[in-house]
Amino acid sequence: MIIEGKVWLFGDNVDTDAIIPARYLSSTDPVELARHCMEDISPEFAGDVQEGDLIVGGNNFGCGSSREHAPLAIKGAGVSCVVARSFARIFYRNAINIGLPILECPDELAHALSPGESLRVDLHRGLITRLSDGSCFQAAPFPPFMGEIIRQGGLIEYVRERIKNI
Amino acid sequence: MTGQTMVEKILARGAGKERVQPGELVNVKVDLALGNDITAPVAIKEFTRLGLKRVFDPDRVVLVPDHFTPNRDIAAAEQAQLLRRFAGDYGIKHYFEVGRMGVEHALLPEQGLVRPGDIIIGADSHTCTYGALGAFATGVGSTDLAAAMALGEAWFKVPSTIRFVFEGTLPPWVGGKDLILYTIGQIGVEGARYRAMAFCGPTINNLSMDGRLTMANMAIEAGGKCGYMEPDQITFSYLEGRTGGPFSAVYGDPDAEYEQTYHFDVSRLQPQVAFPPAPDNSRPVAEASGIQIDQVVIGSCTNGRLEDLRAAALVLKGRRVHPRVRLLIIPATQLIYRQALEEGLLATFIEAEAAVSTPTCGPCLGGHMGILARGEKALATTNRNFVGRMGHAESEVYLCNPAVAAASAVAGQIVHPEEVVR
Ligand code: SF4
Repeated sequence: MIIEGKVWLFGDNVDTDAIIPARYLSSTDPVELARHCMEDISPEFAGDVQEGDLIVGGNNFGCGSSREHAPLAIKGAGVSCVVARSFARIFYRNAINIGLPILECPDELAHALSPGESLRVDLHRGLITRLSDGSCFQAAPFPPFMGEIIRQGGLIEYVRERIKNI
Repeated sequence: MTGQTMVEKILARGAGKERVQPGELVNVKVDLALGNDITAPVAIKEFTRLGLKRVFDPDRVVLVPDHFTPNRDIAAAEQAQLLRRFAGDYGIKHYFEVGRMGVEHALLPEQGLVRPGDIIIGADSHTCTYGALGAFATGVGSTDLAAAMALGEAWFKVPSTIRFVFEGTLPPWVGGKDLILYTIGQIGVEGARYRAMAFCGPTINNLSMDGRLTMANMAIEAGGKCGYMEPDQITFSYLEGRTGGPFSAVYGDPDAEYEQTYHFDVSRLQPQVAFPPAPDNSRPVAEASGIQIDQVVIGSCTNGRLEDLRAAALVLKGRRVHPRVRLLIIPATQLIYRQALEEGLLATFIEAEAAVSTPTCGPCLGGHMGILARGEKALATTNRNFVGRMGHAESEVYLCNPAVAAASAVAGQIVHPEEVVR
């Protein structure tokens, strides 16, 4: 699976309250949640983000509560992939489970990038390419099992397929 | 080839493999899947999308309405109703109604639902508590729970393991809570992110099951995927008469590889107090002395067990809560509540002018039963002291063990228990 898109850069410890503030949790609709995604830390994000854009973060992206609304809001905003130096573990699971591609990237990537430039991400090989100069960064390749969940559109769809085959 | 840790061996067994490596992704069979009145409704909604007539095994799904129960408002009542109906429709054996209910992570071990070597997932971050019995147990999201209810499986990245070796005899008034607060203080809230935390050494070998449960409970506060003690005689005595079925305990190999090993000499450890706003902000109680408090909470899945209530009663016997302070005592389960009644602990609490409540998470997550106003300070035996955790965003929570909490309730300010009990 190859993804190409424009980068939105974020720092360390972007918590689930920043991704989707608790005041909007009464909804579980991704489109509604997306309207408020990153509202408190990047007010222009929700309005300007384009279908297919990528998020690049620092350490411990998605820390805080276990709310699934956080990856849902990001997915609802049309973001194609989240790349970060590291993720809080329940956010990581939740992202995979709802079918949002997510990659842990090497240190240098976040430092090298400027906002708005474009990346190509090869999920299976874990290869991240900067389109401006062709330089490459190697992330841990996306394991086939997770690729399968993402391809099906999330864990529930994956389970649905599995049940059919039992 | 080197040996494997307990967690690696449990996950290998669950995945039907000879061995697994840290970092490897595995799909494992789960022995138990847990949800509560906050997370299960979302999971039930997802599960319903699958159109299945049954869950993978009605005896292996556990539903505990403990967070906002007894129902705090209409929305909570409707969530609880959803759980109750689902449990009825799908024949869920381990559904615990108010009156039989307890805080989930105190309840499951007590009811014999946790066994050494088990793989347990729960849509609640403190599911890691069950590692105290030598199980692999970890918190997941609601969709994970939905999938597990359907297939009886969950996927994991095999964690590497950090080992914590504790040595020395614990001083009076120091217990499992102090060991874990101290540990988190040493490594930080991210110190064990994705990792398993192995607690061992002579101090742990002598630690009670209640103390071990307290420690494993807070592994998540260091970012850990799980925390555990390998099973021993204390574990087996605890399990006697609780658990029906056979189980097979799993032990790490002597040559297992640990990512890192910490050695802590705890023979002079002081009771610890974690200052706001994070559990890793822990210091010896002496550094907190004199901080005035408005509310004290003794309870939760961290420290609401019988041993905790006994420690509090020892301090409160024949004393009175400071006139400026509200002391809330919440036995973690109905059984603990009853035992506390039979042992006379409840009488001690009530005579000391504490408010004693039926089991609930209540104030631990700022749900109900003891919310803080702006500017108020609480001292609690719970596990999180993040901004606004117990109420107003400008209220504060300090964390400590039950004896420190009880003594401080009497003194009206944070004190070492020996200042109250001489
Ligand atoms: S007592 Fe507190 S930490 Fe434990 S399950 Fe309830 S809300 Fe969570």
